[in-house]
Amino acid sequence: MASSLSVLVTAEVSGGKVAPVTLELLGAARELADKLGGGVACALLGSGIGDAAQQLIHHGADQVVVADDAGLKDYLSDTYTAVMEAVVRQTDPEIVLLGHTSQGRDLGPRLAFRLGAGLATDCVELDIDGDSKQLLATRPVYGGNARATFTTDTRPQMATVRSKAMTPLPADPSRQGETLTLSPMPDISARLTLSDRVKEEVKGVKLEDAPVVVSGGRGIGGPEGFQQLEELVRTLKGAVGATRAACDNGWWPSSAQVGLTGKIVAPDLYIAVALSGSSQHMAGCSGSKALVAINKDPEANIFKEAQYGVVGDYRQVLPAFARRVQELLEK
Amino acid sequence: CAKQVPDPEAPPGSLKVDCGDHLVVLPRSFSPVISPFDEQAVEAALRIKDAQGGSITVITLGNNLQRDVVKKPLSMGADELILLEDSAFEGGDTWSTVTALAAAIKKVGDYDLIFCGRQAADWDAGQVGLGLAEILGLPVVSVAQKVEVMDGRVRVERVVPDGYEVIESPTPALITVSNELGEPRYATLKGIMAAAKKQPTVWKPADLGLDPSQVGEAGRNTKLLRLFQPTKEARCEIVEGETPEEAGTLLADRLRSAKVL
Ligand SMILES: Cc1cc2nc3c(=O)[nH]c(=O)nc-3n(C[C@H](O)[C@H](O)[C@H](O)COP(=O)(O)OP(=O)(O)OC[C@H]3O[C@@H](n4cnc5c(N)ncnc54)[C@H](O)[C@@H]3O)c2cc1C
Ligand SMILES: Nc1ncnc2c1ncn2[C@@H]1O[C@H](COP(=O)(O)O)[C@@H](O)[C@H]1O
Repeated sequence: MASSLSVLVTAEVSGGKVAPVTLELLGAARELADKLGGGVACALLGSGIGDAAQQLIHHGADQVVVADDAGLKDYLSDTYTAVMEAVVRQTDPEIVLLGHTSQGRDLGPRLAFRLGAGLATDCVELDIDGDSKQLLATRPVYGGNARATFTTDTRPQMATVRSKAMTPLPADPSRQGETLTLSPMPDISARLTLSDRVKEEVKGVKLEDAPVVVSGGRGIGGPEGFQQLEELVRTLKGAVGATRAACDNGWWPSSAQVGLTGKIVAPDLYIAVALSGSSQHMAGCSGSKALVAINKDPEANIFKEAQYGVVGDYRQVLPAFARRVQELLEK
Repeated sequence: CAKQVPDPEAPPGSLKVDCGDHLVVLPRSFSPVISPFDEQAVEAALRIKDAQGGSITVITLGNNLQRDVVKKPLSMGADELILLEDSAFEGGDTWSTVTALAAAIKKVGDYDLIFCGRQAADWDAGQVGLGLAEILGLPVVSVAQKVEVMDGRVRVERVVPDGYEVIESPTPALITVSNELGEPRYATLKGIMAAAKKQPTVWKPADLGLDPSQVGEAGRNTKLLRLFQPTKEARCEIVEGETPEEAGTLLADRLRSAKVL
């Protein structure tokens, strides 16, 4: 195993399962660490999560530092920041990576300011500069209208990484690594208390995993229109997404907002209905394999993003489209 | 804390990168705005003021700030505006911004809650609120959709991917606000007139006990190496028909023949 640890990945586990973004981070970390000639460490925080360590090793970690404590069952800003600070001090990495997830968005900046470390959030590309050996962290800015590459002279250098931007390594059960327990465990008393959790029901396929996503925008005009989209995804075995404009109007739950500040999806097929294709929305779906647009405005930006499109009122175009799709799939 | 930014709703394509300056610029026809999440942060504070009273101070950091833009929170109902305005504040990153804002908040001194937007609509970093909390030693709840104060504690609904969490914290605390909070109120005519009469307080680095080397470009802990616009090949195949219905049918056929369906 490599003598020093170059990259530390912060793992996320939910319901005993390692989050896809963690495996993506490990894939990216492996590449960066190989360029630096060091190892990959992974921080595993939670309660009753020890089993995940092997999986992290199979996907590229050389060392897993486990902090398993009843007090870490739920993510809380105070407790996780304290534990991650201790893990960083124990592993002393050049680079710390987190997912740009609900947890990473909160934990990343706090940890960075605690450590005095430079952080680039929501990165879509990571590389090592050949000369300086510094991390080159590239991220979309201005809602996705431009991209910027950042470096920092601090140690560690930090980045949070957008989901689905990196490629995980296939699991290799023969990979070896060591599992350590974080010790000493820092004080994890929290000022915050989590007093309730309210779940929004999701029917059918989960948006982030759906092979087909049909999203509606402001032009849908009301909740009734979204029922049409629901019928279409039932045929396509997909999920319905929405723009922020549609969610803010209460036509569709905010938990299905696609975009920069919503969910990131990368389905085989993304059908954009009556939405203009703002850069902030495209940030959440530009990884789709095929993009189809239905919009009545031929000048709408979505036609600059889509591969196939129809210019027309969705109220007329969509029912005929849905009918034909059903016929084709039944054949 | 509210930031002035180029209008993020300007059509994609109207933004251009000015490579020399490492800046993204919008044509003059687009007026800058208060970053949308920051208007929602002001709204969150106003709702608490409506329910419980109190006063709201808004802090904005930048240079050449447009008075009619930065006064918007005042016209919505905030009480005071402090501008950290100086050429030394230009070109900062989240680190140098937090240094200056934290010093200004300490100088203001007395507060129960600090509100920020979840992220500024220009650089989309989403760091300053959390960084401020860390530097000021405050508890922080990010991505709030509802904020209530009771008996010296604050109760926050924090948006998470599958719903929301209810988190309670002692005050003082820092909250970052998301759009799920709801539309910010419009400025009333009375509010606009009152805001026009109010003079913002302007502080320079020295007023905050800071050296110019700690703020703006000089105080960064990250370097902007490159700013660029990825080129896109726009090649959309428009499927046409005699009627919109026919176009819909033909679109399905086209997707089938392209093996997308
Ligand atoms: C910091 C920040 C973060 C943001 N994050 C997100 C995000 O995560 N996700 C997101 O979606 N947005 C986000 N936004 C908002 C974003 O800027 C846009 O305002 C939003 O995406 C617009 O939604 P829309 O396309 O539905 O509406 P509009 O831009 O109003 O477009 C409506 C479209 O519908 C078409 N139309 C109208 N009627 C019909 C009809 N009958 N048939 C066919 N077409 C019709 C119109 O031609 C138009 O193109 C964010 C904004 C900011 C500033
Ligand atoms: N220059 C600034 N002036 C006032 N507030 C700011 C400034 N920069 C950032 N903020 C606050 O911090 C939040 C997050 O900003 P950022 O980390 O830059 O995305 C914003 O929504 C504002 O509330």
